Amino acid sequence: MGEPVVELHAITKRFPGVVANKDIELTVHRGTVHAIVGENGAGKSTLMKILYGVQQPDEGTISVEGRARQLKSPADAIDAGIGMVFQHFQLADNFTVLENVVLGAEKLHGIGDGARRTVQEISDAYGLDLDPDVLVEHLGVGAQQRVEILKVLYRGARIIILDEPTAVLVPQEVDELFDNLRELKAEGLTVIFISHKLDEVLSVADAITVIRRGTTVAEVAPKDVTARDLAELMVGSELPSPSTEESTVTDLPLLSVESTSLDNPLGGRPLLTDVNLTIHSGEIVGIAGVEGNGQDELVEVIMGIREPTSGRILLGDVDTSSWHTREIREAGIGYIPADRHRYGLLLEAPLWENVVLGHQTEPVYVTGPGGTLINGAAARQEAEAVVEQYDVRTPSIHVTAGSLSGGNQQKLIIGREMRREPKVLVAAHPTRGVDVGAQAAIWDHIKQARRAGLGVLLISADLEELVGLSDTIHVILRGRLTGQFDPDRVTKEELGAAMTGATATEGAA
Amino acid sequence: MSAQIVQTEPASPPVDQRTGWTGWLGSLVGWRRLVVLASLGLVVLSLTRVITGANDIDSSGALAAALALAAPIALAGLGGLWSERAGVVNIGLEGMMILGTWGAAFFASNYGPWAGLLGAILMGAVGGAVHALATVVFGVDHIISGVALNLLGLGAASYLAVRTFEGTGGTQSPSLPELPRITISGLSDWLGEIEQGRTFLVADVASVLRALVTNLSVVTVLVVGLLVLSWWIIWRTSFGLRLRSCGESPTAAETLGVNVYRYKFIAVVISGGLAGLGGGFLAMVASNLYREGQTGGRGYIGLAAMIFGNWRPGGLAAGAGLFGYSDAIYLRGGGDVIHAFLLPFSVFLLLWGAWALWRRRQGKRVVGLVSVLIAIGVLAWFALTSIFPRELTGMTPYLATLIVLAFASQRLRMPKADGVVYRKGEAS
Amino acid sequence: MTSRFDLRRMGMALSAPILAIIVAVLVTSAILVAAGDPVGEVWGTILSVPRPRVVVAIINAAIVYYISAVAVAIGFRMNLFNIGVDGQYRIAAFAAAVVAGEGWLPGPLNILLGLVVAMLAGGLWAGIAGLLKVYRGVSEVISTIMLNAIATVLVAFLLRKVAPQTGSNIVSTKPLPESSHVSGLPLIPGVSREVYGLIILAVLIGVVYWFILGRTRFGFDLRATGRSESAAVASGVNVKRMVLLSMILSGVVAGLVGMPLLFGQDYAYGTTFQPGLGFAGIAIALLGRNHPVGIVFAAFLWAFLDQQSNALQITAGVSDRLVLIIQGVIVLSVVIAYEVVRRLNVRIEQRRVAQALAAQAADVKEGAPA
Repeated sequence: MGEPVVELHAITKRFPGVVANKDIELTVHRGTVHAIVGENGAGKSTLMKILYGVQQPDEGTISVEGRARQLKSPADAIDAGIGMVFQHFQLADNFTVLENVVLGAEKLHGIGDGARRTVQEISDAYGLDLDPDVLVEHLGVGAQQRVEILKVLYRGARIIILDEPTAVLVPQEVDELFDNLRELKAEGLTVIFISHKLDEVLSVADAITVIRRGTTVAEVAPKDVTARDLAELMVGSELPSPSTEESTVTDLPLLSVESTSLDNPLGGRPLLTDVNLTIHSGEIVGIAGVEGNGQDELVEVIMGIREPTSGRILLGDVDTSSWHTREIREAGIGYIPADRHRYGLLLEAPLWENVVLGHQTEPVYVTGPGGTLINGAAARQEAEAVVEQYDVRTPSIHVTAGSLSGGNQQKLIIGREMRREPKVLVAAHPTRGVDVGAQAAIWDHIKQARRAGLGVLLISADLEELVGLSDTIHVILRGRLTGQFDPDRVTKEELGAAMTGATATEGAA
Repeated sequence: MSAQIVQTEPASPPVDQRTGWTGWLGSLVGWRRLVVLASLGLVVLSLTRVITGANDIDSSGALAAALALAAPIALAGLGGLWSERAGVVNIGLEGMMILGTWGAAFFASNYGPWAGLLGAILMGAVGGAVHALATVVFGVDHIISGVALNLLGLGAASYLAVRTFEGTGGTQSPSLPELPRITISGLSDWLGEIEQGRTFLVADVASVLRALVTNLSVVTVLVVGLLVLSWWIIWRTSFGLRLRSCGESPTAAETLGVNVYRYKFIAVVISGGLAGLGGGFLAMVASNLYREGQTGGRGYIGLAAMIFGNWRPGGLAAGAGLFGYSDAIYLRGGGDVIHAFLLPFSVFLLLWGAWALWRRRQGKRVVGLVSVLIAIGVLAWFALTSIFPRELTGMTPYLATLIVLAFASQRLRMPKADGVVYRKGEAS
Repeated sequence: MTSRFDLRRMGMALSAPILAIIVAVLVTSAILVAAGDPVGEVWGTILSVPRPRVVVAIINAAIVYYISAVAVAIGFRMNLFNIGVDGQYRIAAFAAAVVAGEGWLPGPLNILLGLVVAMLAGGLWAGIAGLLKVYRGVSEVISTIMLNAIATVLVAFLLRKVAPQTGSNIVSTKPLPESSHVSGLPLIPGVSREVYGLIILAVLIGVVYWFILGRTRFGFDLRATGRSESAAVASGVNVKRMVLLSMILSGVVAGLVGMPLLFGQDYAYGTTFQPGLGFAGIAIALLGRNHPVGIVFAAFLWAFLDQQSNALQITAGVSDRLVLIIQGVIVLSVVIAYEVVRRLNVRIEQRRVAQALAAQAADVKEGAPA
């Protein structure tokens, strides 16, 4: 093992109301892949932002390659040889690969042919397979991630930080990424890698640091621990897991999607092609797929945000294909959007108004002639009920939704949807960004409702969640449903293969 | 511009995916496409002239006036371009232009014509700095700040004018010294003769050339130079790359060490300076004094030209030319010219509406039907009257702006982070 | 707990305009000093106690400004910028004057008819911008400004066409019959000048605005769309319809701006009909933060500044144009102040919530289920 290249000592960072990092100790050695694990909200991202100069620590020291450093901005970090690949890519869609790579580093090789040549060289040397003159928005997610890596290599980074790099990749792409990482390691570079996916971490890391509630709790070598051990270190107690139970699936169809297709208004491949699926009462139908393969569009079509080009959506017996969102919601379809900040909440409105959102025409909230007025008192009462039943941590229902933590915001949304007793629930990534405890509670609520006859369309990138909750799993690829699997029998590799199109099997037997 | 609004109709497919003749047209980029469109436009103009006999459609006098009026619009639009490419919407161009008109008058009266131009730029830049302070430093909504700037610019210029110009209650300045003009007399006369011949297309080309060599102000040449310079800086230098990144993805730029605030600030100040120069042009070249209300909404028309030009200098110039032309027609009292334009306009609308109906695309049917109906109405109007009412010609530039935007707005692509209030440290 | 939040928030909300006014005073004084104008006399004139007839003038101006600001505010709540109030109110006043001038209906009915015509005209003119936005994606900022200019030309043209030939220089529509004059209210003692009778209209508009926005489902949808369009869409709001309706509603109210003037003072629409009320409305809406009561104060402030500055030329030898600078600086500093305060508020609230939760957690036993 090489000498230490990164040493963080007693790092502490406070935000209003929360201590994100407390007394963090971290030592990373050259030529290794060092993983940092912890659950959502444990403080890993903040720590890496400190290392990259995006945030400054309140206390503690940083030393890089043996020298003490003050990293006041990304420029300082880049100077020190650190490069960061963010979880949410920082790429300008309307720029080419070259422009994205060169931005901020124009002095290195200019912005013209010299730069282009260097980009091509790096791409070839590390097997990144990128064309400098392609617009980034035309690239797939895996390729965009490689652009981010190229950016970092272009600037001569010797220490590369990857923040949850596998969140957007399927198992096969993850393997490719890890091969790339091993190559980087072989060239003498150091990789720091944040994740909460424990088996991936165990397969590629040389050293693992566990962070819990903002502080380092352990530093281990992968050969000494199992995933279970790591998980317990992360959470500090017994891990809940989605368990299988008695099937509650009936044969009463609640929502049917029949031969539905959706053209792309910008031309090119249709967004959805001939999708057929049925959700029965008491059934959770899971949809697995790499982001951008049509899940969002399927949800939009079902919720009436878009109208399908052909095919029908049926709620029971009723054709709702051309209905507007409001009518569909009134008919009893609940919606948990994937991006809660953009689609699920009014951040600057108080909680009780957010509880009404999406249900403005529900009898419980309206009053007055023809239901034109909002019954504030009833809304506030409901809000209190949601807060209590779904354990939303807030001092009152009058605070703005934006001041709640992500997990509590999600609980609020789920609570408001479930309390309206929907017939069908469309849930997109329902536990994204939620800590493990709240995640278990949300799963419980969903399972309870399923027992009572709720039908759920579950879209998730978390294969554990899909496998644990669903009664059946469909895989979506390029707008088509390409496979249906039994969650009790399918393996992650099979799912991954179907998600990337490596095979097209029907129901693993 | 009002950034957040969801596309209310699907934008048309990216250029390279369209087929047929629209595809070919779209495949031409940059100046080649402009040349083809310009030639097409010239043919249409010439035809209209010959059919209706309204010679002032493209007489060299009208075109020269169009050029002179296009220049301030182009400057305002260029100002808008600089600002929006860096992600800041600048509605306050009108106010900065007004400040420029005063600045030109004040400095020119006291220190000579070139000082006048510099004064105009300076005053505009001051306006730009205030807008930058509000939007970049304090994070105020861009449009609100722009509206406030317009109020402030108007008020400040009015007050300053009253304080510095004697007589006429401060609504007008004394005559201002002139800036040099260029004329190539031999060429000009010869082209003039060809123009008089009124031959289809030949005379029109001669008009165009004659307008360029007769009485051309050096400031107009400067404007063309600024357009080219802007293109080169913004698209060919590191500075420009960073500036554009602020308008496309400021968070990405921040993570790469770009000082986003600095580039936005600089861009907005430059934007103000250009608008100010536009005001200076109005005061010193398009006329010869400062007059209250001189700008007449050209700051906004400049923004429209920028949108029409898809946030690129070439398209902006075309848009400015279009609006400058409509401005010139109005100022030359062209009731017969506007009337003549009813013909090609209605024909175009008829064809477009018919095409939309035939294509039978979702939602386009209503638009197509409406267009056809309007076209028939306009055609009837053309046939039944011989001249456009004098008092209504005042609408021309504004109506033209509306119509152009109504057709063009859908196909455009503004910088991705345009109008988004940016605060440091929001990289996730 | 909640009352404590509200009081502090109100305090913060007030601090912004007060801060803005202080900044405006400072900046204006600096300009005066630079221009060599007498600072003391200027402020003395402006801040002097107005005489009774000036008080009436202030109230009357505020009435008109209020309506204009509410029209703009309706748009602002939806993140729409209706800069076209200026054109809308003039077209509406013209149309109302023409129709009411004919006197087809008796007395009060005629007034009502005029109001209805004004609302229709204003709504129609704004609707054009709304349609262009919804169906063609044209920015309403530019389209409403263009429509303003077009309205000016159009009205001038039509005015010439319908004005009865009187031989005098002033061109105006047929004067309203006596029975259609709205008498004033002698609210201020000691002066013959009266407050516009249609102050009632302004109050009504304010109440309706507050009610619709705060209590109805439509208002909820409107505010939601203004706060987050994406969330509104997901919640079932038909955004296209909302945009169109809001623009039209804004235009309908804008149409009423000129009504107090028409029925209470000028009794006809002529070339001297008061211009520029639309732009003042924008500033006042910003100052009043689109709040029905806040706008009242802002309207009075604006009217006060306007009227008091009339005397500047006489008492201080300074052009009354100075007030434009004062007003402009107020608007700018107020929007900056509001933004700063808003962001501060968000941060404070986040901290409070986090602290309150930490306090709650400390009371709960360890190991409680998540």
